[in-house]
Amino acid sequence: MSHQLKGQGEEGGGGTRGRARSGSLGTGDRSRRSPSMKRPHRAEKAPVPRRAQPGQKERAGSPGSGSPRRKQAERRGRRELLGDRERGSAEKTCRGRRKDGRASLREQRAPSKKEKEVRRKEEMWKQLKKHRSSSMASSTSSGESLSEEELARILEQVEDKKKLIASMRSKPWPMARKLAELREAQEFVEKYEGALGKGKGKRLYAYRMLMAKKWVKFKRDFHNFKTQCIPWEMKIKDIESHFGSSVASYFIFLRWMYGVNLVLFGLIFGLVIIPEVLMGMPYGSIPRKTVPRAEEEKAMDFSVLWDFEGYMKYSALFYGYYNNQRTIGWLRYRLPMAYFMVGVSVFGYSLMIVIRSMASNNQGSTSEGESDNFTFSFKMFTSWDYLIGNSETADNKYASITTSFKESIVDEQESNKEENVHLTRFLRVLANFLIICCLCGSGYLIYFVVKRSQEFSKMQNVSWYERNEVEIVMSLLGMFCPPLFETIAALENYHPRIGLKWQLGRIFALFLGNLYTFLLALMDDIQLKLSNEETIKNITHWTLFHYYNSSGWNESVPRPPLHPADVPRGSCWETAVGIEFMRLTVSDMLVTYITILLGDFLRACFVRFMNYCWCWDLEAGFPSYAEFDISGNVLGLIFNQGMIWMGSFYAPGLVGINVLRLLTSMYFQCWAVMSSNVPHERVFKASRSNNFYMGLLLLVLFLSLLPVAYTIMSLPPSFDCGPFSGKNRMYDVIQETVENDFPTFLGKIFAFLANPGLIIPAILLMFLAIYYLNSVSKSLSRANAQLRKKIQALHEVEKSHKSVKGRATARDSEDTDKNNSKNDTQLTKEGTAHHSASQSLTLDQKAQGPGASSSAGKTVLPASQHLPVSRAPGVRPDSGQARPQAHPWRSTSGKRAWRPPH
Amino acid sequence: MGNKQTVFTHEQLEAYQDNPFRQRIAQVFSEDGDGHMTLDNFLDMFSVMSEMAPRDLKAYYAFKIYDFNNDDYICAWDLEQTVTKLTRGELSTEEVSLICEKVLDEADGDHDGRLSLEDFQNMILRAPDFLSTFHICI
Repeated sequence: MSHQLKGQGEEGGGGTRGRARSGSLGTGDRSRRSPSMKRPHRAEKAPVPRRAQPGQKERAGSPGSGSPRRKQAERRGRRELLGDRERGSAEKTCRGRRKDGRASLREQRAPSKKEKEVRRKEEMWKQLKKHRSSSMASSTSSGESLSEEELARILEQVEDKKKLIASMRSKPWPMARKLAELREAQEFVEKYEGALGKGKGKRLYAYRMLMAKKWVKFKRDFHNFKTQCIPWEMKIKDIESHFGSSVASYFIFLRWMYGVNLVLFGLIFGLVIIPEVLMGMPYGSIPRKTVPRAEEEKAMDFSVLWDFEGYMKYSALFYGYYNNQRTIGWLRYRLPMAYFMVGVSVFGYSLMIVIRSMASNNQGSTSEGESDNFTFSFKMFTSWDYLIGNSETADNKYASITTSFKESIVDEQESNKEENVHLTRFLRVLANFLIICCLCGSGYLIYFVVKRSQEFSKMQNVSWYERNEVEIVMSLLGMFCPPLFETIAALENYHPRIGLKWQLGRIFALFLGNLYTFLLALMDDIQLKLSNEETIKNITHWTLFHYYNSSGWNESVPRPPLHPADVPRGSCWETAVGIEFMRLTVSDMLVTYITILLGDFLRACFVRFMNYCWCWDLEAGFPSYAEFDISGNVLGLIFNQGMIWMGSFYAPGLVGINVLRLLTSMYFQCWAVMSSNVPHERVFKASRSNNFYMGLLLLVLFLSLLPVAYTIMSLPPSFDCGPFSGKNRMYDVIQETVENDFPTFLGKIFAFLANPGLIIPAILLMFLAIYYLNSVSKSLSRANAQLRKKIQALHEVEKSHKSVKGRATARDSEDTDKNNSKNDTQLTKEGTAHHSASQSLTLDQKAQGPGASSSAGKTVLPASQHLPVSRAPGVRPDSGQARPQAHPWRSTSGKRAWRPPH
Repeated sequence: MGNKQTVFTHEQLEAYQDNPFRQRIAQVFSEDGDGHMTLDNFLDMFSVMSEMAPRDLKAYYAFKIYDFNNDDYICAWDLEQTVTKLTRGELSTEEVSLICEKVLDEADGDHDGRLSLEDFQNMILRAPDFLSTFHICI
């Protein structure tokens, strides 16, 4: 593990370091340029003549010493070009060349210490001829006498090395070679990066390089730290290796959900609950913050608290507790305004994060265009999940691969026949009919139960069951309907991945129907309470009026205010809604846990231990172990989140409870899966279903936004509870803030903006923008497809070209080595000829003098043109030809470097 | 990925005994092709099979893994080997040959009856699941 990590880290670090350096080099280059622009005068006048003397002497000897090695290299290069087909041998020569290169490096480094001055000139020679020689390492340790050309050359070599470092990761080399090359390149870069800066700039440059290095290291450490900070990564990987990626996708989704809820929790707690607790009026000061006299006795009983009545109801967890003071505390914190804005931003943040993660999921799958024409290849080469590390899962995987191969064969063979199509269609229609019946039945059942519960709520002393009937029925439906659907879905005979989507869709419809029936019934309840509100308001007024004006009290002493517990109060429908959602969430959580405990754990225990004394094989036979129910769990999570979104406006504490729920269910479900579930019989991958989850989540978010927006916009708030009491509508709080706290012209602007005459054109504009962007994206995708086609055509042309060439080369090489007259081999030959010719030419012209300098520069060119061909074994000949044009610098530098001194 | 474990437990090593290509992997990454790995080879293997490795590199090594006879082409025989390993030999010979035919039909770009590295890369880089499944974690 640590080995792997280190190797990765080194590689990754090398890569990023190289990149970062080359990035910082740009600045370093610029800073360095100012001195180097001035230098040419000095360089040309003073040091060059001094060096010229020994250089000239050496020149006679250097070609002799240089040429055998070069010829050797050429021969090798040609061999590689010819034997392009035998990669295995090429690998060997590759390794051989590396050794060779290192050997030459060492050999050159040793003498250079003894006779630096002389050797330096000679080596400069070689460098120009060799494409990128590593012998530079020894040539220029004494810095001042570097000319501009040398600097430029070093710079280019440094660039090359950096590129090498950056692309090291994607080279298919063995690790030893990678390490060696990396070290060499890093040493080189480290050595010369500092040497490039001169004088004053040098220290600054070195400092900057140091800082860049530190920064890269810090970034890498930070990245490692971030990876380590991802919670439950190990748990999820563990599950992934046992159950495949589909089960793990549920846990990843759960983790993501936990993160979102943490943010919402921070928002609500930080901006609403904590200010209220710290700065708001304390408990018992006003009627809405006090338990009424009638409930006081039982207010602390556990059974009452468990139903979120009593003290729970009159706490900061619910809407009713908040006061309608405009500002609270010494900070003059505008709590009603904050409450409203937090409620809005909870939805805003959730929408944003869901859409963003959907978009980022989409970005990963750009290449998913025409992948359907590779069915068999994909099955063969990518169906094995290398992550599987469990023999049971592996067995299942083998079986599933076999069946999938068989299925595709059958599909392929019978794609035209389709004999059973009528039966399949009939079965599918039947299944859908049955499922629709189930959905309608469950919807009616919930409606019936909710109506009944409204009657119960009017009666006195109802039993526990009657009070919680709605929650129990809903949970039971949620527990029993999905397995029923699954049984029915077996009729349809879909592929499990498609089946999973159908199943998800159906359960989604079930939950949605249930939720909306529940909401409609709740809405009825709210209307009832609202109609009663007027009378209660009058009663309250009258009570207070009588209390203060009643006779029998000493008129001179002012009466103490009525105790808040005695004040009659309204029903506060907002808190009632909040309590309903709170109860639903808690009961849902409990039902989930109990289902897991009974359905999975106890079943697993029973099967495991009763198997010793049972008449049939329990593990293979009827009860068996449970599979992890992905669709049910995902949908449970999504709907739970929908309830949180709906309820969080009326019960700010709901998100806190949800965070706890997600935290516990992460650990509990991880444990349950690992301890008592078995992998799916047909292991399948979770390909792209993640976005499917997100789509469902977005739908639920939208659907849960609707009722909340409706209640905020069109129902009057209760008169005696909550932060908006006394106002006509809840959103009036914005208007109030704008009028009182902002300057008047802002208020006018807001009034102007709210004008329908402005809003309707804005909406129109948005529609137009959507239309426009949509058409743009369509045309872009069309262009994309065309480009892809073009690339494919190019590929084909290239391939046919290459195969023709390859055949020609093969024929040629079969004849003899000398007879090669057409292709690559010819090129190599020519290169060789040119090379040696240019060598002697340059020397001669050097000796001749200034007049021939430009032609000398030209003749140097073929040498450098040739070398890439011989150096890179895998490069195609045409690319080798194209290369020198890509480096025009070399020819010019050659021209300038060898301008004879005057 | 977070734990600093330096010694593999028996279970962890045992866990990778189920991969049908385990011998191929060992052979491809070992220096002399006999499946005995040095530390460097081992590091090499994990750097390729890690989650962070670039996909071209992965494609290159996947090609080598599926190229059973090391001739730099995936020919019909290699394909047969792959299918047999993947299905534990539960398919009949006709089925296997049909599958191989189909694969060659789909992925062989230059119609020379075998898959070159380019064909393979062209095909595998479009696979939606290749990057997610072709890695190992401990």
